[in-house]
Order: sequence, then C-alpha cells, then structure tokens
Amino acid sequence: MLLSLEPRGQQSRLMLWCSPLLAALLTLACGSLLFIALGHKPLPTLHTLLIEPVSDLYGVGELLVKALPILMCALGLAVAYQARIWNIGAEGQLLIGALGGSALAVNIIGMDSRWALVMVLVAGTLAGAAWAGLTAWLRTQFNANEILTSIMLNYIALNLLLYFVHGPLRDPAGFNFPQSAMFGDASRLPLVFEGGRLHAGLYFALLALVAVWVLLQKSFVGFQIKVLGLDQRAAGFVGFREKRLVWLALLISGALAGLAGVCEVTGPIGQLVPQVSPGYGYAAITVAFLGRLNPIGIVFSSLLMALLYLGGENAQMAMNLPQAITQLFQGMMLFFLLACDVLILYRPRLKLRWARRTAAVATAGAL
Amino acid sequence: MDIDLLSNILFAMVRCGTPLLLVALGELVCEKSGVLNLGQEGMMLFGAVVGFIVAFSSGNLWLGVVLAMVAGMLLSSLFALVALVFNANQVATGLALTIFGVGLSTFVGAAWVGKPLTGFEPVAIPVLSSIPLLGRMLFTQDLLVYLSFALFALVAWVVLKSRVGLIVQAVGENPDAASAMGLPVLRVRTLAVLFGGAMAGLAGAYLSLAYTPMWAESMSAGRGWIALALVVFASWRVWRVLLGAYLFGLASILHLVAQGIGLSIPSNLLAMLPYVATIVVLVLLSRDAVRTRLYAPVSLGQPWQPGH
Amino acid sequence: MPNPANTPRLQLRGITKRYPGCLANDQVDLSLQPGEIRALLGENGAGKSTLMKIIYGVTQADSGSVLWQGQPVHLRNPGQARQLGIGMVFQHFSLFETLTVAQNIALAMGPGQTPSQLEPRIREVSARYGMPLEPDRLVHSLSIGERQRVEIVRCLMQDIRLLILDEPTSVLTPQEADDLFVTLRRLASEGCSILFISHKLGEVRALCHSATVLRGGRVSGHCVPADCTDLELARLMVGDAEGLVAHYPKAQGGAPFLQVAGLDWTNPDPFGCSLRQLVLQVNSGEIVGIAGVAGNGQDELLALLSGEQRAPAPASIRFAGQPVGHLRPDQRRAQGLAFVPAERLGHGAVPEMSLADNALLTAFQQGLVAKGMVRTRKVLALADEIIRRFAVKTPDAQAPARSLSGGNLQKFILGREILQQPKLLVAAHPTWGVDVGAAATIHRALIALRDAGAAILVISEDLDELFQISDRLGALSGGRLSPLQATAATTQVELGGWMAGRFADTSTPTPALAG
Repeated sequence: MLLSLEPRGQQSRLMLWCSPLLAALLTLACGSLLFIALGHKPLPTLHTLLIEPVSDLYGVGELLVKALPILMCALGLAVAYQARIWNIGAEGQLLIGALGGSALAVNIIGMDSRWALVMVLVAGTLAGAAWAGLTAWLRTQFNANEILTSIMLNYIALNLLLYFVHGPLRDPAGFNFPQSAMFGDASRLPLVFEGGRLHAGLYFALLALVAVWVLLQKSFVGFQIKVLGLDQRAAGFVGFREKRLVWLALLISGALAGLAGVCEVTGPIGQLVPQVSPGYGYAAITVAFLGRLNPIGIVFSSLLMALLYLGGENAQMAMNLPQAITQLFQGMMLFFLLACDVLILYRPRLKLRWARRTAAVATAGAL
Repeated sequence: MDIDLLSNILFAMVRCGTPLLLVALGELVCEKSGVLNLGQEGMMLFGAVVGFIVAFSSGNLWLGVVLAMVAGMLLSSLFALVALVFNANQVATGLALTIFGVGLSTFVGAAWVGKPLTGFEPVAIPVLSSIPLLGRMLFTQDLLVYLSFALFALVAWVVLKSRVGLIVQAVGENPDAASAMGLPVLRVRTLAVLFGGAMAGLAGAYLSLAYTPMWAESMSAGRGWIALALVVFASWRVWRVLLGAYLFGLASILHLVAQGIGLSIPSNLLAMLPYVATIVVLVLLSRDAVRTRLYAPVSLGQPWQPGH
Repeated sequence: MPNPANTPRLQLRGITKRYPGCLANDQVDLSLQPGEIRALLGENGAGKSTLMKIIYGVTQADSGSVLWQGQPVHLRNPGQARQLGIGMVFQHFSLFETLTVAQNIALAMGPGQTPSQLEPRIREVSARYGMPLEPDRLVHSLSIGERQRVEIVRCLMQDIRLLILDEPTSVLTPQEADDLFVTLRRLASEGCSILFISHKLGEVRALCHSATVLRGGRVSGHCVPADCTDLELARLMVGDAEGLVAHYPKAQGGAPFLQVAGLDWTNPDPFGCSLRQLVLQVNSGEIVGIAGVAGNGQDELLALLSGEQRAPAPASIRFAGQPVGHLRPDQRRAQGLAFVPAERLGHGAVPEMSLADNALLTAFQQGLVAKGMVRTRKVLALADEIIRRFAVKTPDAQAPARSLSGGNLQKFILGREILQQPKLLVAAHPTWGVDVGAAATIHRALIALRDAGAAILVISEDLDELFQISDRLGALSGGRLSPLQATAATTQVELGGWMAGRFADTSTPTPALAG
C-alpha cells in the first residue's frame, strides 16, 4: 500500500475542526470537476451556486429563511445523535408538525386573536414530538431499531400528508389543486422586517439554539445523554435511565422538527401543500454531522446547507443544471467529512517503494 | 375471490418481492460478515438510473443490467473505503451513501425522466407454466426474476454449505479471532460489501428495466430500507429472507387485493401499508432480544482494525 | 529431558519490536530445544504477548531473526507458522461460539477438508490426549475448560512441533490445570517443544524445565524454576518484590452490612450463568474475597449487587438491613454502595471522556449537581483530589481516560469510589492487568478503607491476591457460592476444591456463616 495510516494515539484537536472545512473544500473541488465534465466552467458555476444567491440583502434574507427549518431540525438531531439515537425521522416529524398545525389552522381561519398563531404552533410542535414519540415507544417497548422505524414513519408521514392535502384538508375553493386553504392572518408568523420573507421563526430558532446549548454543555441531563452515547454500558452501570433518556432525546428532536414544519406553513408558505419540505429533515442529518453535533458548529453548517439549496435553485434557473445538485453536494460533503475524519485519529504516511526494499534487505542481512 | 385473481396476486407478489429479495440477499451476506451497510436505497437508485440510461442508449437490456451491477459495486466500494479502511462509523457512512446515491441518481437521471423503454417481458417456461397457480407465479416471470431464483439458490448454498460461508460467519462473529487465525478479515468484508452493492444495483436495474420500465426520481420508494428490515426479520437466515421478501411484496400490492374484493380505499393510505407492515414485523421480531442475540452477527456494525 | 546436542527447535536472536509510545521487545534472545517445556515469565506489559505474536506470525519484528530447526524463517502470517508446526492457544480464546467444534477446527486447518471429514480424526486425537470432544457440539454450549480443549486439539491436529500457551490456567480451576499439565508433559515427551507463558510461579515450578524472564521488554534472566525460590523469580520479574510478598494483618468484621439471602436468578441469556440459592454476608470492617474462574456467575452476581440487574425479590439483597434488591444503581449508591467493575474502559470509565467527567460519572450525588446543572468547578476539584491522593500519573484532569495506563486508571477509579466514603465497596478483579507498583497501592488503599470501617467485597481470579488481602474467603462455582471461611484457616487446595464445586449446599444455614 502506498499510503498507510498510522494511529496518532490521541485525537488531533486541529483536525477535529479542520476536517469539516477540508470536507467542504473537497466537495467544491469534486463539484468543479463535475461541472467541467458537464461542459460548464467551474469558477462561474461555483459563483452561480455560492455567491450569487446571497449577493443582495434579499438573498441574505432568503438564506436565513431556508436555514431556519434546517437549523431547528439539526439542533434536535444533535441531541439525539449525541446519545447515539439515530433518529432519521426528522423529515417525517417535520411533515407531521406541518400537518398538525395546518389541521388546526384551516379550522380557525376566521379567528382574529394572536392566540391563533400560538395554538397552531403548539399543535405543530406537539404533533412532531408525538410522531417522534412513536419511534421512542417502539424502541423502548419493543427494542425495535430506531433507524428503520423512523424511516418507515417518514414514508408514512409523507403519505398521510398527501392523503390529507388531496382529501380532508383540500381547499374547496382551490380549483381541485392539492393544497389547503390559506391560513388566516392571525395564524401567520409575523415578518421580522418588511421587504423580505424572514419571519419570526428566527426567534424560535435562536431560542432553540440557546436551549440546546445549555442542555448539552451545562446540564446534568446533557451529561447523561453524552454518556449514553459514548458508552451505553457505563450509563447502565451508574443508573442513568436509558429509556427515559431515549424518550427525552426523541421528543426534543421531534418537537424541534415539528416546530420547523409548522413555522414553514405559517411562515413563508401560508398553507399546507405537498411540497412543504424539499428534504430539510434529511439535510439536517448532514448538517448535524458537519457541525460536529455542536450547536455553534450547526449554525454554520446550516447556513452552508441553505446556501446550497439557494444555489441549486439558482443554478437550475440560470444554467439549466438539475436542481438535484443540492442533494448531490449534500451527500458528497457528508462522505468527505467521514473520510476526512479519519485524519483525526490517524496520521497518513507515504510508504515509498524503495524504503520498503531497503528494510527487506536489512532484515535479510540480519538473518 | 376467484382463482384468476389469486393467480394474478401471487404473480404480482413474486414480481414485487424480487427487488426486495435481491437487496436483502446482498445485505444478508454483508451483515453476516459484520458490516452494516445502510446505503441500499442509494445503491439501488444508482443502479436503476445507470441501467436505464445504458439500456436506453445501447438498446441492450442485459448490458444495462451488468452495468447497473457495476454501478452498485462502485458506490459500495466508496462505502468500503470509508467504513472499512478508514474505520468510520458504519451507520453514518451508510446514511452518507444513501444521501449521495439518491442525489447522484436524481442528478444523473434528470434528462431521462419519462423516456419510454421496452423492458424485460415475461417468458413462459414450457410445460411448467401450465401448472395451476404455481405456473403463473413461478414459471411465467421475466428473465431477471428467474435470475433472482438462481441467485437465491447460489447464496443459500454458499452461506449454508460452503467454506466461504463458514469464513464469512466467523469473520462476522469474532473478527479478532478470525484475524488471529489468519483469515483476511478486511478482504472478506470488502468482498461482502461489494457483493451487496452488486445485488442492490441489480435490484435497481430490475425496477427500471423490468418492473416499471422507466426512470423516475426516487422510484425505489424506500425498498432499500424495507430490505434492511427484512434481514432483521429473517434473523439473518437465508430461507427466511425468501419468505419475508415475498410477504413484503404481498403487502405492497394489497391495493390489487382491495380492488379485487371491491374495497375502495384512498391510494395514499394503501401506499402506507408496506411501511406499516415493516414496523409491525420489526416490533414482533425485535421484542425477543434473546433471539436477536442468538442470530445476529456479534460484531455487526462495529468498527474493526487489524492489529488490535 | 532435552538433549543440548540437538539443533534447537526455535531460536530468537535480537528480536526488537516497537509500538507507538513503547518498546515492547528489546534485543530478546531465546533458544528452545525439542521436548523442552520453557516458561516465559513476566509481569503485565513485560512484552510476553508481543514476543508470542512475533513467533506465531501475527506481527513482525522490527529487527532481529527467527530460526526454526536452524534455518532462518520470516513468518508473515499465522498460516506460515502453522505450516512449520507452530501452534498457539490464546489467553482469550479465538473460537467462534455459533459454530461447531468441527467447523472451528476446519477453519483453522485451511481449505481442503470439510468439517464432517474431520470428525473422526477429531474424536481420535482428542481422546488420545485425554481431552475427549464431541465434534458436532456448538462451542457456546461448552464450558470454559472444554473450550480450551478445542483450542489445544485444534493445534494437535496439525502435527505440532512447538505449542505456545498464553496464560492457559487463568481460566481453569486448580484441578483442571493439573489435568492440562498431564497432557503437556505427554506432548513434551513426544518431542514437542512447549512455550508456557505465565505469571504464576507455583505452576511454573511444577511444570516447566526451564524459564526465561522478561522485564520491560528485555530478557532479565534464565533459570531452572525448580532450583529457584519465589523471591528470586519475583526479583527477576519485577526487580523489587515488595508488592508480591506483602503481608497485611487480618481483621475481624463488625456488624453485617451486606446480606444476600436465598438469591435465585435465572439468566435469560443462553450463553450466561444462572445463580442458585446464593447466601452471602459481608460485615463492616472486613474484606471478603470470592474466587472463581470466569463463567461461573461472577458477572451475574456483580450485576445484581451493583443494581444494573434488579433482583426478583427486593429483600434478597440488603444493606444494613434495608432491602435494596429493587433499587437502581444510583439509588444503591445513595445507600452507601461503591463499585469498581472489572472493565475499566467501557464500564467503569468512559474512555473518550476526561477524568473530570469520569469523576462526575459516579460521584454525581456528592453535591456536584445543583438544579440540574453540573457544578464544573466542584467536579474538577474532586478529580484533582483523586489524582493527588492516589498518585495517578496524568498531565491533568482533562486528559481522556483512555490516555492513562491500566494501573493509573484503576487507581483513579478506585480513588473515585473511596473518596465517596462508601459503606460497602464491591471490587471486581481490582488488579487485573495492573503493574506491581499500582497493585500494591490498590491493595493498601483497600486495607485502609477496611480499617476505616467499610465492608469490602472483592471478586477475583487471582488467588494470591485473595489470600493476601481477604479476611474471609469463598468461591463461586456454576452459580453457587461456597460457605465463607476465615482466610487464615483456608488452604489453596481447599479453595481450589470450592472453585470446582466441591462444597455443601448453603441453602440451609450453617454455623460457619455466623462468624
């Protein structure tokens, strides 16, 4: 083997933080090669993808609008993943949150009081939490693997959403389009400033950021979660209640994902539609890993991911590149991150051919 | 329910279960060697899109099938590199593979959506296909389904009877002991992962070249995940994989049954059935933690390096 | 007896092997005759295992040479070693539990023979050497002693010239060990060389013709064990034999603290052991030692005592008269329990977490958590105190637990428990894999804790340790506990008998239990 990996003996702090950057750079490099293969010049394409979307204030606002649901989902996932509870169901929890909130909202369109919004948001958050609670119940009661159950629940959630939006929740005055009635003004999230789409969900996201940070870094529950994730046996040994922690972690992720979903429908969208989420729940998985399951890191990686979403849309409009470029980059980044992470624990060593031959000669001489 | 309907249902059950069977067989071998590869969905879709593009462009269906398998192996080799050589977390790597594979296939296939293709047609085996019920179910299928039967027999023989199967099982149970005994653990696991990739690619090719000859985004609809659940359901035993694949196939075509007996249930609710069935099955099987311990490969999903 | 005029079967010259951070083998020379039984002595970390791995081809030396029957060889993998006729029985068995005996042996023998083809030969060879085996039994259904037989028969089937055994008696009762020695002597008389790794001086003297002692990666001496005293051997092994021969005064316990009565527990795990009618009492101010080889119920008993496994009847386990069988680990700690598990990393401490976090791990009820928040400064103070009081060698409390050597981590874990001033300390294999200096510190700490009035229960496979520090002794065998007896009144032979299950049922109370 030309390249060998030598164990470092302990984690390299430098690589711990450089690895995500390295992964992002490698993704861009690989993406550039892809663009060349498709007949586009790499630098202008990267510009269209990464710089253009945020080149004006409106663009920055859009960036934040896109980043909010991703951030909220990823914060929830960070809590679960720190406990090694592989919640893949953020997408479904988000959809159910949107569904739950919408189901209430379409029935209170006439309501004037601002309590309408509060009720809708609470309904969505609880719905998302309950959906995640299903996964928690299946795991704690029946030992069913949460990866598989949460993914199945994603598909079920999507189908439920489609059923409702084509059926019971369809707007009777909507020309048979699969969408609900527009929500009443009282149920809509207020804008942060005029002229953009940035909505009050921003405050919730910031609140969630602080709450999750305090939970994971400072609280004893956060300590228990980390121990459970690092060493299940030790957690059992000292009496940390695993079932309770599983429920807590999943309910928190579900609540945050549900909140993200209901903010989308009461914020930028204003009604229930089939395309509530272009895969935010799945993007949040990459974002959580990229941000090292750390709330601060997640802020940055969710902005990057939001940029990729905007960039993908932009590239499709401006250069006719398939919008799936976003997903492609997402996957590449996660792959590169996992590959680069090896450098945290191992040092690469170039094993040159003649060095090996010299060693062999030396051994032969000693015999 | 008349016999024709039953015959049709059984026929559809086998067709629908075939992609699940193929992926599950591949993942079974992979997991027996101790490696958990969650990237099935991504590999399947990539196989499907590559198979479709090649078959459409060249006019040769079998070329499409072969290259689909190669495509699956290529993606799985990425997984092997990161999870086995670099020793990264297998769950995260598998997820990365899924996200990447899905994105890649959507990207590559964007220009091919909706293009028409004549896929594999059913080929009736003379004499055998006239048997009532079984004839239509087993002997009036397309060539890829017959291939799946053959592959099942091959995998069953290798796993149950051959020395290779013994080595795979040993590696999966105790890689340290296997390595101390001189068995090439990483090589065995890499080959198992590549086999899994080839099978997933083949399953994808089946979807886009035989089951519904066309390419559509995310056309696997979660079958890769269901196949993973299937391996758990089968307690990592080959015969049960066959049984489970067809049972899940049945769950996926229940809308046919519903139509046949005159029920009208909204299609979206019926579409949920395979996923609900998967959850139910997982629950029933996982409850018995002891039994899982008895059959699950002990080192499943755990990173391992030689020279421990 | 070996004839010096023959060509040595195995010769090692100047073998050196370096791992990141340590020099495992340093210019090791060794020469072995056909039919010779050589002991390889040394403490943990002396380099014995590395040397064996080099001989068996699992790893390669950085420099030096290996000669087989006078010819230089370069062993790249165990397969080559086996072809030459070298066989190895590992300390931690390399068997596959879900496969049969025949399948396990077939895997080791290479392609060419199926398990069913091997069955007749397995029966024949195993019977010939006095260790009969049924080829179609699944390994997980075999006892530890039987599993070791499979390992040995696996080597014997391959026309063996050199058999290496790595601490083979650590999992055997004294009786089973004697049976093993009979087999080994027979093998040696047929011309097979045997390399016997051990740290048990008594056995080495009983079995081996000669001994090579390793210390710190180098050969510190050769000798004939029958001609050396324990002290001389110990000096060769550790330089300073203080820890090995320390004598601690025995104590008489006070009021009973831990009372286990009629504990019955069925293990749902098919590979595990069930406990039957266990009766145990540990008084304050005494150390009770329980001997027993792995697989006889130690893990199960420890889990039931620590609270990781709840007991079916709450009153079957009592602390100072209070039923605790239904309590969780943290609740039992609140009642005065402290626990040092067998595995330091992955059970007693979280490897990736800092020492400070690991201090918090069990001490969180000692005022380290307020209103749900962790009081970081207090946690650090506790960790620093543990490090200082127990001489733990580490840069600071932020170092991750896995960066510590075995001995230092064990000192930290023990210190963490002792500083919580427990009323009952349960310690499993407290000095396993720990260097002599740290082991002595740990023993002294346990004695000091006992003298301060705590009740201490030690479960260990190291009989020497148990005789050194326990006030009363017993043994676990097949899930049953022998009656406890004062150490001063017990011999190794008697203890060995208990470990093999030869004791009266304790379900009816006997006078011996009272004192």
